[in-house]
Amino acid sequence: MAEIEVIQPGLFSSIQDLGRFGYQKFGVPQSGVMDRYAMRICNMILGNSQDTAVMEITMQGPELKFSASAYIYMCGADISPKLNSEVVPQKEIITIKPGDILKFGRLKRGFRAYLGIRGGFNTQEVLGSKSWYEGLTDEFRLKKGMLLEYDHSNFKDANTFSSLKIEMDYLESQNIEAYPGPEFEKLSPKQKEELFDTEFTLDQSSNRMAVQFNQELYNDLEPIITAPVVPGTVQLTPSGKLIALMRDCQTTGGYPRILQLSENGIQTISQKIPGEMIRFRKKEYPHFHK
Amino acid sequence: MPDYPKISAFGDRSFLIDFGGGIGEETLKKVLFYKNILENERIKEKVEITNTYNSLLVSYELAIEDVYGEFLRLNSLFSEAKIPKNNNYKTFNVPVCYDADFGWDLDFISVRKNLRVEEIIRLHTAPVYQIYFIGFLPGFLYLGGLDPQLQISRKKTPRKLVEKGSVGIGENQTGIYPKNSPGGWQILGRSPLKLFDKNEDLPCPFSAGDKIKFFAVSREEYDRIHKEINEGNYELKFEDHHG
Repeated sequence: MAEIEVIQPGLFSSIQDLGRFGYQKFGVPQSGVMDRYAMRICNMILGNSQDTAVMEITMQGPELKFSASAYIYMCGADISPKLNSEVVPQKEIITIKPGDILKFGRLKRGFRAYLGIRGGFNTQEVLGSKSWYEGLTDEFRLKKGMLLEYDHSNFKDANTFSSLKIEMDYLESQNIEAYPGPEFEKLSPKQKEELFDTEFTLDQSSNRMAVQFNQELYNDLEPIITAPVVPGTVQLTPSGKLIALMRDCQTTGGYPRILQLSENGIQTISQKIPGEMIRFRKKEYPHFHK
Repeated sequence: MPDYPKISAFGDRSFLIDFGGGIGEETLKKVLFYKNILENERIKEKVEITNTYNSLLVSYELAIEDVYGEFLRLNSLFSEAKIPKNNNYKTFNVPVCYDADFGWDLDFISVRKNLRVEEIIRLHTAPVYQIYFIGFLPGFLYLGGLDPQLQISRKKTPRKLVEKGSVGIGENQTGIYPKNSPGGWQILGRSPLKLFDKNEDLPCPFSAGDKIKFFAVSREEYDRIHKEINEGNYELKFEDHHG
């Protein structure tokens, strides 16, 4: 059996795929990778199907020991990966031999790294998804001594998109693409202006459920009747603080939904470290004629 | 086109359909009527349709490729709205034990509302509650129909732990905690039912549009039902309504 042994768990890592779909009607959060772009690159380069689960590694990497050969690829944040103490080249498929140890070092770029493995992880599936979520899956973060099974049968040369053009500039971008949210028009012209002019700092409490910001906007909006929210919904709370809901968010909420991040916006904000500054950049939907 | 329902894009992977109006059975009927139309329509991408009090969310698993085309399609479906194929619903009978062991705040409610405990139980088990939707936590039912005499404010300081199955009241809402969690509602009893079971194909027996009625059970009956549920022998009773 091919498995990864977690020697050290690092800060916060979990197995994620595209998330749970079809269970929102029972109040189940979607979950799934924060940065879908980085996951897609991993899977395309490895020749996996695009919903193959990957490991999402936050800021400080784990130490992992592989029991069998494998092909892996990393995308997203650069956390100085080392294989058996040797620096690993960027943007290349890495060949793993039995007993190899993968470690990480200093965070150089971005905030979340993705580790894909050809064939994917054979970890627990709950309600149609391998995404870990506290209370739903048995595990929700990597722990010391944990064994993660992976598919070894696919260890062969497959056609991959190794010539794929990979655009990673978003890791440095401070601009978060956002559409007007359902309650955007309730804001005054001055509030709207402030929303796009303010530099917001990511709060330390930010996690997979929500990114919170330190700055406050003037807020005189009434709460709304509990209504749908999705990953990327930016809510204006009574105190005037903004909360950008992320992949593990609840399915409904009662605060005004003033912005809605695009997938690009979600992927970009996923790569920001708490303490970093961002700005919302307004994006319009294609014009709808009635 | 009238102002409502109003269809708008909501991010790259969903549409939001706003029906206006507030919390009420009339609005819910309208929302579920359109939900039914969408569910009966074969949409080629993988789509999930969920509702709240006055909105529908149409979610796509992947980014919508042709947002404008999809918008037009939803719009035309709505403008030629037919009578929905079914508006069936179920009324579930949900056991609740209002024993003092479980009804942590019964005495408090009794004093505050000047109602005897038996009267509180009678008022709580009398209505047929409407399930508007499920949200907040997996298996948490948003119910309408609480008797105004039982409306009571939340606890000033939420409890750190409210046990799974606890039945509570917060303002004009009543509901059941589907799992152990912090909570500020006034607790009047506990149901032995599992509101959410991740190991079942259908993890929650209830759907938006169904109704529930609470019935009081003794502590002994609670224990018996609890045991039957754990052994997989309990049959949740419901009546079918064909609209």
